[in-house]
Amino acid sequence: MIPIDFEYYRPAAADEAVRLFQQLSSQGKEPVYYSGGTEIITLARINLFQTRAVIDIKGIPECSALAFQDQKLVLGSALTLSRIYDSNVFPLLGEVAAGIADRTSRNKITLGGNLFSRLIYREAVLPLLLTDSVLLIAGRSGVKQIQIDRIFDRTMQVEKGDFVAAAMTDLNYLSMRYAAVKKRKIAEIDYPLVSLAAIRVDGMIRLAFSGVCAFPFRSRLMEEILNRGRQPLKSRIEEAVGQLPAPILSDIRGSAEYREYVLKNVLSESIRELGGA
Amino acid sequence: MEDREGCQVIVNLRVNDEIRSAVARPADTLLDVLREKLGLTGAKPGCKNGDCGACTVLVDGWPQKSCLVLAVEAVGQWITTIEGLKDTPIQRAFIEQWAFQCGYCTPGFIMNSHGLIQHHPNANDETIKDWLSSNICRCTGYREIKDAVTSVLKEK
Amino acid sequence: MDVIGKSVPRKESPDKVTGRAKYTGDSMETGLLHARMAASPYAHARIVKVDTSHAWGIQGVRAIITGDFCDVLTGEEIRDRPILAKDKVRYFGETVAVVVADSEVSAKRAADAIHIQYDPLPVVNSPAAAIEKNAPLVHENMMSYEKAIGVASIPGTNIPSLIKIRKGDMEQGWRECGTIIENTVSFAPSDHSAMETRSALAEISPDGRIHIETSSQAPFAVKKYMGLYFNIEQGRIRVKTPLVGGGYGGKAAIQLELIAYLASKAVGGRKVKIVNTREEDMVTSPAHIGLEARVKLGCTDEGKIRAAEIVYLFDGGAYCDKSSDVARAAAADCTGPYAIEHLHCDCYTVYTNHPYATAYRGYGHAELTFAMERALDVLAEKAGLDPLELRLRNAVVPGNTSPTRNVLTASNLGNLQACIGRLRILAEWDDWKIKTIDSHKIRAKGISCCWKNSSMDPNASSGAVISFNADASVNVESGVVEIGTGTKTVLAQMVAERMKMAPEHVHVRIRVNTMITPEHWKTVASRGTFMAGRAVLEAADDAIAQLLRIAACVLRTDPEELELGYGKIYVKADPSIHIKVKDICYGYTYPSGNSIGGQIIGRGSYMQSRMTYLDPHTGEGRPGPEWNVAAQAVEVELDTREYRYKILKAISVIDAGKVLNPKGAEGQVMGAMSMGLGFAGRESFLFDGQGVVLNASLRDYTLIRYGEHPDYVVEFVETPCVEAPFGARALGEHGLIGMPAALASALSRAAGVRLNELPLIPELIWRLKAGMPHDSD
Repeated sequence: MIPIDFEYYRPAAADEAVRLFQQLSSQGKEPVYYSGGTEIITLARINLFQTRAVIDIKGIPECSALAFQDQKLVLGSALTLSRIYDSNVFPLLGEVAAGIADRTSRNKITLGGNLFSRLIYREAVLPLLLTDSVLLIAGRSGVKQIQIDRIFDRTMQVEKGDFVAAAMTDLNYLSMRYAAVKKRKIAEIDYPLVSLAAIRVDGMIRLAFSGVCAFPFRSRLMEEILNRGRQPLKSRIEEAVGQLPAPILSDIRGSAEYREYVLKNVLSESIRELGGA
Repeated sequence: MEDREGCQVIVNLRVNDEIRSAVARPADTLLDVLREKLGLTGAKPGCKNGDCGACTVLVDGWPQKSCLVLAVEAVGQWITTIEGLKDTPIQRAFIEQWAFQCGYCTPGFIMNSHGLIQHHPNANDETIKDWLSSNICRCTGYREIKDAVTSVLKEK
Repeated sequence: MDVIGKSVPRKESPDKVTGRAKYTGDSMETGLLHARMAASPYAHARIVKVDTSHAWGIQGVRAIITGDFCDVLTGEEIRDRPILAKDKVRYFGETVAVVVADSEVSAKRAADAIHIQYDPLPVVNSPAAAIEKNAPLVHENMMSYEKAIGVASIPGTNIPSLIKIRKGDMEQGWRECGTIIENTVSFAPSDHSAMETRSALAEISPDGRIHIETSSQAPFAVKKYMGLYFNIEQGRIRVKTPLVGGGYGGKAAIQLELIAYLASKAVGGRKVKIVNTREEDMVTSPAHIGLEARVKLGCTDEGKIRAAEIVYLFDGGAYCDKSSDVARAAAADCTGPYAIEHLHCDCYTVYTNHPYATAYRGYGHAELTFAMERALDVLAEKAGLDPLELRLRNAVVPGNTSPTRNVLTASNLGNLQACIGRLRILAEWDDWKIKTIDSHKIRAKGISCCWKNSSMDPNASSGAVISFNADASVNVESGVVEIGTGTKTVLAQMVAERMKMAPEHVHVRIRVNTMITPEHWKTVASRGTFMAGRAVLEAADDAIAQLLRIAACVLRTDPEELELGYGKIYVKADPSIHIKVKDICYGYTYPSGNSIGGQIIGRGSYMQSRMTYLDPHTGEGRPGPEWNVAAQAVEVELDTREYRYKILKAISVIDAGKVLNPKGAEGQVMGAMSMGLGFAGRESFLFDGQGVVLNASLRDYTLIRYGEHPDYVVEFVETPCVEAPFGARALGEHGLIGMPAALASALSRAAGVRLNELPLIPELIWRLKAGMPHDSD
């Protein structure tokens, strides 16, 4: 039972959604875009989410796209994680997505919802960061295309009133060798201790992480260290872990020390798997 | 369907091949509307947080945790609850294999299993696990549930 | 007939697979009021001020109550618990205020709008901290509380109960030992996590009669204690319980019913419903007990254990509820199923600022077993003995005495040696105990034995009524609550067997109504088939005797010459002379119209006999009817990189006396094993330094899910219990009891460290391997 009251809107077009947002904002209703809604529903139930209007974007055609256009894969932000996994169009994203929550929940959780999650994990962003994906962002000035690393810094930095309609990924990336590893405390359905996605691009391994720090990230500095061919892998890993962008998490799922230990193992396994040892 | 004052709206839901109307708040979950407004108490609240799966129903044939769905979102979709299943193989298998004890998680498990069997009649162990690990049963050790689901899949 | 021993399907099966099965929370009706609670965010704090002014402003609010509304103290062992916190809160999640409103939404909004000002107090965050000198007192006035017989509190401490078990001569015992070891174990409180959260409805009639509907394992206890607490005649209290969605001991506690009653009282007796949220169910309602224990054991060079000194410190949490009784049960069986002549056990229940403990499947036995079996492994290692061999050499046998000095017999004990023998084969114990699979995978096995007596009130009883339908089918009424154990189906099997009829023609009433259903003490302690079984058999015999009397008249013979079966009463010597049951179960009408007899109603009741309280100085006494035994094993595969592991196989060999319903029995055991493995491997409340529970949701408190379960191997030994119906022993809890010890043993063997803490998460093993500090340091 959700104790707050909000209005529910389901616009059929992106511009309509943006207009609604402006209008509801001006009425002081602090509207939010609503996609899978699982997090809004669960956080609102325990008073951790406030809004007086939700704008469901699932009726907007662009948000449900699953198509190949101009050498790019277009994935609508309202696609569920299950749909992305089942379609098998983007194996790395599918696999990372399939590690989030459980199958039935993934029938509801969407790509866009996960990117904008208020929790610290947002694992679906990892493959997009690794593949320089471009986000289609609907806003007052129409639809913009912005590469993800220019808009994602720990969290999505979209302007108020804008929403992500889709992600576009260059087809070349979809067939590249990748690794996706998620380690949990003990249960098989749980948030990560460490979640790592990696991809081998032109002989170089790119890596992105969730669960390690209080936000997901891709670190070019760590990539640079980890890709140094001549240095022994173990010492590259030691050095790279010293360059994490923030302190390692310590919480009910694991201490920072154990996370670090697991992270090093995961790095070692993934880099070997991708031929970067 | 929409009430701009933010209070109550009329929601028409297509549940178990019937059109059912309810007055609800837009913030009401499908689970609460099914149970409290439509008297369909087969879907069970176990956590209202999407963790336990006891409230699982089918929406357009796919398992959904009805505590994670707003009733207003489900307008226009085909909703099937445990009350909508009549003597299906999976229901019979749950009885034959003793796949429940207290029975509280059973509607959710059956709906999820039913959805699985419809979508993946040849599901392998990995797919079965992927789907069924969405639900929690605290009474059995899961083996009986596995036996029930695999017995139906084998028949197919 | 051969109904006993058949897997007769559960009577309520069709309802449970169609969504028709009704649980307490499924009650919906117009006009019903809803209650929601405001809970304490502190584990220990003074309540300075409760401001309800904002809450009253919420539309639809009908009443707001706080601790001042009622000054009754509640508790079955010690009356130490206010229904709503008064003056201070003693645990995180304790109910401070309750709002009653027209809708659940309004009630929740108002509950959230109550402003409560607290003054935090120092927190008692572990049993060890509770017994420190100068520890803050959780209950300042402990000695003024009313207590049940046998509860011995220590003044000026956080110790509401100390139980002593003394046997033999310790000095002599130690002298006989060539090897002596000491081991300590610990685990924090955890949760029952029944899938149905607790719920209750209450209504007070204009004439003062109280109607309660509750998801309880103990509706008759609800009636009894509400009468006691509120000084109401018991006949004016009616408690109904439909199907219950899992209990595991947690729903034997009386808690939410009391809140529902006060809530109804606050709105002039109108019907009020309250349903726990999952979070409330985990921390506000009572939990599973925690433990810190120290075990000192010694054995002779031949591997005979001669002496044991045991200290159990049970974490009862903020209120006693059943924790001192759980401790009593653990103390009474403190050695596990081993014959130890010289014994000294101090079993403390301590108050802490943790959620309070009540019964949990196994009732203190998984806890004591973990402590004892971990010590046994250490002893085996030090004495250079095979762990199974050590257990076998010390296994209790008829003629030994229990810690409470009862003489054990084949009937009251069962055959542990047979269980161990069978386990040895099933686990392939002698083939290997540990083996390397590849460069980073090791498999290992661990074992545990257990026993469990069923603790209960010495005068606990069960009653049953059997009535007939005109078609000669029968109705069985018993006060057992159907919590998932299938007991009512087993009762139907017993009646069918005794009356030689098809079980389909035996109808059971699932719903309990304390006004008309004969009392069954509590649906706990694996006593359903035993006590209710004896009662329904007596009722069946009573009904049979009545039928035979009428038949004897009609057939012009003596009742002794007759026998009932297959819907008829026939002359034993010549079965062709008979009369159908349907022609006499509502009396017999002669062709003239003259009628004799009348409707047949069979009655039966059973009370466990010769139970006694324990002697306060030595523990001597008879705490329960029989010690049932089991031997268990777990096989794991440990990945030595991050110490993640898979539980490959879990084995239980239980002396069941007689298996009444094989599928039902096997399901009970597998389910219990799963729960035990969950408790051992992952379940524990995580407390911060201030006693706040950090994982009160199923998102953060993870339970075993489909696919994480091991291969189960369940076998039964059948040594009949003479007093039990058809010889059947309790088996609903044994599957759980040895799992934590067996899992810890297997993982310790695989990892090469001593694991003495729960839960057994990979990080714990890693810390021990790496020599890093961990919680118990």
